[in-house]
Amino acid sequence: MSWFTKTFSSTMGRKIIMSITGLFLCSFLVVHLIGNLQLFYDDGGAAFNLYSYFMANNIVIRIMEIVLLLGFLFHIYDAIVLTRKNKAARPIEYAEVRPQENSTWSSRNMGLLGTVILVFLIIHLWNFFVPARFGGLEGVVIEGAEYENLYVRVVESFQIWWYVLIYVLAMVALAYHLIHGFQSGFQTLGLDHKKYTPFIQMFGYAFSVIVCLGFAIIPLYFFFLY
Amino acid sequence: MAGSNPNAKPMSLTLKVWRQKNRDTAGQMVTYPVKNVSPDMSFLEMLDVLNDDLEVRNEEPIAFDHDCREGICGACSLFINGRAHGPERGTTTCQLHMRHFKDGDTITIEPWRAAAFPVHKDLVVDRSAFDRIQQAGGYISVNTGGVPDANEIPIPKTVADKAFDAATCIQCGACVAACKNASAMLFVSAKVSQLALLPQGKTERKTRVENMVAQMDIEGFGACTNTGACAAECPVGISLENINKLRREFIVAKATSENIA
Repeated sequence: MSWFTKTFSSTMGRKIIMSITGLFLCSFLVVHLIGNLQLFYDDGGAAFNLYSYFMANNIVIRIMEIVLLLGFLFHIYDAIVLTRKNKAARPIEYAEVRPQENSTWSSRNMGLLGTVILVFLIIHLWNFFVPARFGGLEGVVIEGAEYENLYVRVVESFQIWWYVLIYVLAMVALAYHLIHGFQSGFQTLGLDHKKYTPFIQMFGYAFSVIVCLGFAIIPLYFFFLY
Repeated sequence: MAGSNPNAKPMSLTLKVWRQKNRDTAGQMVTYPVKNVSPDMSFLEMLDVLNDDLEVRNEEPIAFDHDCREGICGACSLFINGRAHGPERGTTTCQLHMRHFKDGDTITIEPWRAAAFPVHKDLVVDRSAFDRIQQAGGYISVNTGGVPDANEIPIPKTVADKAFDAATCIQCGACVAACKNASAMLFVSAKVSQLALLPQGKTERKTRVENMVAQMDIEGFGACTNTGACAAECPVGISLENINKLRREFIVAKATSENIA
């Protein structure tokens, strides 16, 4: 093995990959949320459908889609490798533990929260991304041109109560995942300083709550108000 | 701290203790009643009392590590009621007093649990994994010759204080015991920081961090999830700052060291 592969297959190296991919995925959430806010335009979905057409056909977006996929794959793969290593590091469990005395719940359950998010992600991609990308949506005419109507798929999906429930619960899980993960990602890169760390922690907390609330409002809006 | 209190009522306790004959046999929890425990006893003295009883009854006494009993040597361990070194913060087991427990309490006592710390016997674990990490780089090389003047190398007070704080690590292993991943990051970070902060440690700083971290992986300790449990349970208050310092040392060393093997 070269020094490079050695570095990134060590526990500390794998955590660095977890951190970089995690923070990258946070930036994706912002882009995704801003795009989704176009669902609230009162134009029968025209803005959202044009946006989804742009996302499916722009070359830069298509390249970033591959980078995003790699981000997810590395994050998930290293999470699995590290979790197995961590379990192996304590083959015999304690008869009694009181972890609530020394750490937060979310920090101890990142794997569980991540698994919930992964299950959600598969449902989410199956329902929206797969038909939008590989066909299966109705057509709609906007300003004389034919587009795929992803907007209608969103509206119809969020009329189903259990579907809305899955979304809201997944966003709660994501919020807790990020509340620990955002600031933890900076620490893992050694980016810790008494001048900046309090800000990063505060920003991370606000980021987690606001972004997840933003996503959760969409299904709730279409279920209750549309 | 209150002195000896003649009015303190002796306590009766139920202990659930991990008993294991040796490395190769499976262990189990065994329940022992203990009577006449003075609140002024230390936790280890309470175990001494139980062991006296066991010896009188011709039973094998419970093996546990201890040495100075002053909280400075790092020999004592014990996972007490789900916490490393018991319920009090900033306290080693030898400095934990029975006044923190109540008459009638049931107390669970287990050894440190980590693949890298195999149980020798009962509550005694083999912590030589820490020694091997130290041998991998937790030192400075000094040439023989005349003793340099102490004040010849300027070290700012704040830096000296940080290095000293890191150096207070007693290698007890509570960080590993408390971590959900049995990670040794707090221990390794204390040792790396202590030397990396000082001029004498700077010569070997890159090889040191590379070798100590590699040894940490070889020993089979887990990864750091930043739960903070280690620092919360550390009896001498080693700060999480050291772990982040270790990460910076690691990243710089990996990116710039001459070692390409």
